[in-house]
Amino acid sequence: MSESPSERISAEVVVKVSRLARLDVTPDEVQRITTQMAGMLEHFADIDALDLSDIEPMTQPYPLSNVFREDVVVTGLDREEVLANAPAAEDGRFRVPPIVGLDG
Amino acid sequence: MTAADSKTQGSEIQYDMSKNEIKVAPNDGSYLLDGYELVCGLEVHVELATATKLFSASANRFGDDPNTHIDPVTLGLPGALPVLNRQAVELAMRIGLALNCKVQPSTFHRKNYFYPDMPKAYQISQYDQPINVDGWLELPGGKSIGVERAHLEEDTGKSTHIGGTGGRIHGSDYSLIDFNRAGVPLVEIVGRPDIASPEEARQYVTELRQILVAVGASDAKMEEGSMRCDANVSVRKPGAPLGIRCEIKNVNSVRSLGRAIEYEARRQIVLLEAGEKIRQETRHWDETDGRTHTLRSKEDADDYRYFLEPDLVPLNPDQAWIDAVRAALPMLPRERRLRLSQATGAPADGEAIMVVVERGQDDYVMSVGEAGADVARALVHVKEAFAEQGANPTVPAADLAQMIIMETGGKLTSTQAKTVLAEIVANGGGDAVAIAAAKGFEAMDNSALEAIVDQVIAEQAEAWSKYCGGEQKAMGALVGAIMKASQGKADGKAVTALLLAKKG
Amino acid sequence: MRQLLKTDVSEFRRLLDWTAEMTTHANIPTTAAAIADGVRSGALKAVDVLEAHLAQIAAREGDIHAFNLVTADEARAAAARVDVDVAAGRDPGVLAGVPIALKDNMCTRGIPTTCSSKILEGWRPPYDATVVQRLAAAGAVAIGKTNLDEFAMGSSTENSAFGVTFNPRDISRVSGGSSGGSAAAVAAGFSPISIGSDTGGSIRQPAALCGVVGVKPTYGTVSRYGLVAYASSLDQMGPFSTDVRDSALVLEAISGHDPMDSTSIPQAPLSLQHVLSQGVEGLRVGRITDMPSGADPDVTARLEAAFDALTAAGAKIVDVEMPSMKYALTAYYLIAPAEASSNLARYDGVRYGLRVNATDTNAMYSATRTAGFGEEVKRRIMLGTYALSAGYYDAYYGKALKVRRLISDDFARAYAKADVLLTPTSPIVAFPVGEKSDDPLAMYLCDIYTIPTNLAGHPAMSVPFGTGAHGLPVGVQILAPTLGEQVMFKVAASLERSMIAAGGAK
Repeated sequence: MSESPSERISAEVVVKVSRLARLDVTPDEVQRITTQMAGMLEHFADIDALDLSDIEPMTQPYPLSNVFREDVVVTGLDREEVLANAPAAEDGRFRVPPIVGLDG
Repeated sequence: MTAADSKTQGSEIQYDMSKNEIKVAPNDGSYLLDGYELVCGLEVHVELATATKLFSASANRFGDDPNTHIDPVTLGLPGALPVLNRQAVELAMRIGLALNCKVQPSTFHRKNYFYPDMPKAYQISQYDQPINVDGWLELPGGKSIGVERAHLEEDTGKSTHIGGTGGRIHGSDYSLIDFNRAGVPLVEIVGRPDIASPEEARQYVTELRQILVAVGASDAKMEEGSMRCDANVSVRKPGAPLGIRCEIKNVNSVRSLGRAIEYEARRQIVLLEAGEKIRQETRHWDETDGRTHTLRSKEDADDYRYFLEPDLVPLNPDQAWIDAVRAALPMLPRERRLRLSQATGAPADGEAIMVVVERGQDDYVMSVGEAGADVARALVHVKEAFAEQGANPTVPAADLAQMIIMETGGKLTSTQAKTVLAEIVANGGGDAVAIAAAKGFEAMDNSALEAIVDQVIAEQAEAWSKYCGGEQKAMGALVGAIMKASQGKADGKAVTALLLAKKG
Repeated sequence: MRQLLKTDVSEFRRLLDWTAEMTTHANIPTTAAAIADGVRSGALKAVDVLEAHLAQIAAREGDIHAFNLVTADEARAAAARVDVDVAAGRDPGVLAGVPIALKDNMCTRGIPTTCSSKILEGWRPPYDATVVQRLAAAGAVAIGKTNLDEFAMGSSTENSAFGVTFNPRDISRVSGGSSGGSAAAVAAGFSPISIGSDTGGSIRQPAALCGVVGVKPTYGTVSRYGLVAYASSLDQMGPFSTDVRDSALVLEAISGHDPMDSTSIPQAPLSLQHVLSQGVEGLRVGRITDMPSGADPDVTARLEAAFDALTAAGAKIVDVEMPSMKYALTAYYLIAPAEASSNLARYDGVRYGLRVNATDTNAMYSATRTAGFGEEVKRRIMLGTYALSAGYYDAYYGKALKVRRLISDDFARAYAKADVLLTPTSPIVAFPVGEKSDDPLAMYLCDIYTIPTNLAGHPAMSVPFGTGAHGLPVGVQILAPTLGEQVMFKVAASLERSMIAAGGAK
């Protein structure tokens, strides 16, 4: 475990991250999560020492390219079946509380 | 700015990365507001005219019952996966090539943020490797506006806000979401900030729209939302560094675009003149009060955490495909205007050619010329009489040609020609000779005309001597009398020529 | 709930004297291959096969909790249809009448698919995953949805919101994870085969802990359409079975190109059964000399026995080095949570699943996700969000992708010298419920041998190879290069023959 968690990650960053992820955290939880994450990041610091400047990132396990679909309509889902599984619906649409505090 | 810097920024302004500085076309100083230059870049989102969505096979259709074009991918259901629509790529390439872009290998990224009309809570878009880069669009007057990139991305659903005033979010009780539009393919065209006036902005959008329609990529209707325009606006004194810019959203017509840009520029100038700083932000254009307003600002700017979309694979159109798309591009508006200009002698950015090409009637004008008529006259007549005709005029080109041949051959005055044409247009065609005969039109032949002119000269002695003495104004009375005496059959140009000749 | 389980477990510690699975259904074969043969020939009725397995579930599921849901009615209808097909002379499929359990993170139309999470409790998908469709087309009879670590994040199934799955070999211990339920279902005789998913070892590790066969195929060979995503560039579905042949049979039925998955390799289904008898004469089996240490001695002993068995069968053992393997855990625990943080953002209460109401949408998001996700899921979402954040991307996610390349390069060099590699599957045998649940890092170390395979996109499988401490099963892991399933299965079959020859119980 890191001697000073703030070197690896601070409580302030944890709060910011939790907001981005839309997860509520109490002050106690912030402390606990900060400590836990700091510990993990300390463990993950083993890659810090590696010189990766000439290494290409690997994003695809199997090299494919140019995978397409033809522009032909296929019948989709039944609206009633879908809305029956929705938390709230009205007038054939999904209903949500007022949309505030979000960047559209 | 490095890629890392851009990710640090995180805000709406996302494409500064990997460019060392923002290059702006030189400003010729022709447009200044209170001594300030305007620097404007437009971001245009275009809905592609595909049959299906970008990543799934639901129909791409406007105006149907809500949530009737949905599938697991559209709704962001657990387990759903995107598969790229080939036709969307084809249309994106057409747009790129029509804008002189380079088509390059590209990848897709996820742009992560929460919003109810975003079913996956991320949008699949293109980030640092977009399909089209480094193009330009030439305005009718000849100025080139740089196109930085034109990339593919998916559209969001639509929310309707219930309970507030005027359907706005503010004060609403709840919202309803329709996902028909979610996943519709978009191309985002990012123009460089080379636009220097509201008029240039209008020309850019008008020209862009024509190009998009011409290549079949989109119907590009701002009023319907299939073309959406955001403007980045800043001002600066000539020679000064670039100012802080604001992004303006919610502009729904070409006319509004000009108004919004001008308003925003003036707003910024007022602040700067008062010694204040411009706050970099996104502003909402309100058509009814004619102003831009701050969108509610958030405590944290969103961090989109872009990363390569692992559910898709790289897009690498081969040279054969790119060449085929390029070869199949139709004649674009600029080329059409040039062609018509060369054929008629009229200016390419003059009103007649601009209007006729925008209507899509230039091929028609050319074919009237091929049928033997004077193309310049054809241009004028089509511009004036074919406003309702659309891109495929019903009047056979040969009929219009025949009328024009009569006109230029002196058998119809220009006034008579217009009357005959009106009838031809109303009937979707017609024999100009027959119509002229039925109306008793015939241009007067020269000797009969000369006789009338001589008679009028004798009757209007005072006007004649004033005219001979150099008073041009006196000609009006003479011409009027001649026209009356000829019962309108005299051709105005012939009359003027005769009077001049007799004056000596 | 966790407290309650711990009390129960201490009372039931290691009491069951568990004999061969099939005492309750004496006439029903124990393997999918034999069942399918019997049903296809008419010698067996699918409905009888099903009832026998339902009876086994009734007898032991109370102690094990392999299932979130047993779909008895649907299964009976499906089995009846198979029998009708056979009677009518129609081809009922290569898995005709075989009961199969499905991990509860693959979409089954109209049947609740929960990912063992409160946020999807009761959610009925409106579509079937491609794998589910292919299994149905092959005549398999889906018998239920099995328990897992919530959203496939974990190595013990203790992260399930609906309670842990106990190990059929010793119900005081875990079944492993995240596909603990699917592994236990096969180990307990609830179904001869099951399907799991593997992102960092989630098929192979529970297979080892439960003493069954578990296979993660090459990335891209089995469609992910309908598999609820955890980490998109690492996830694959695969089979559990009691023997190697059955896993081959299942993979043949579910693999092959799927146009609904852009990452699906454009090739025909795998063809595997024909290699099983081919033997390993001359095959080069790699021993990783710089493998991270940490496996218990009882596990290492079985690995050595496996090397010996293969040598005796004619294989050659070669030494290989994988210097980057020690960074695999770090790369994985940055890449997987990063992708997961994005994949799980869709659980926002708008269109499906749990919604906790609030005065505005933004507050609803947080209230819903906070209530709906368990602790491990939240932990990984936070870690992943952080690793992708502006300012941290290059140091964490960006670097992890490069480490991934290093590991892939290591494998490439190794496979120049060896045809397959052999390692333990899990460093330890099944551990007691609760032993590791307070130390996430300790739990992560369970996957130390399985993770590199997912990063490289290669296939790997665990084959039961005897027992270790406390008589608990030990699995050995066979690793192969991309699309190397045939050589991998060849080696697996050979090891299985050695075990049988040695008289070892499965």
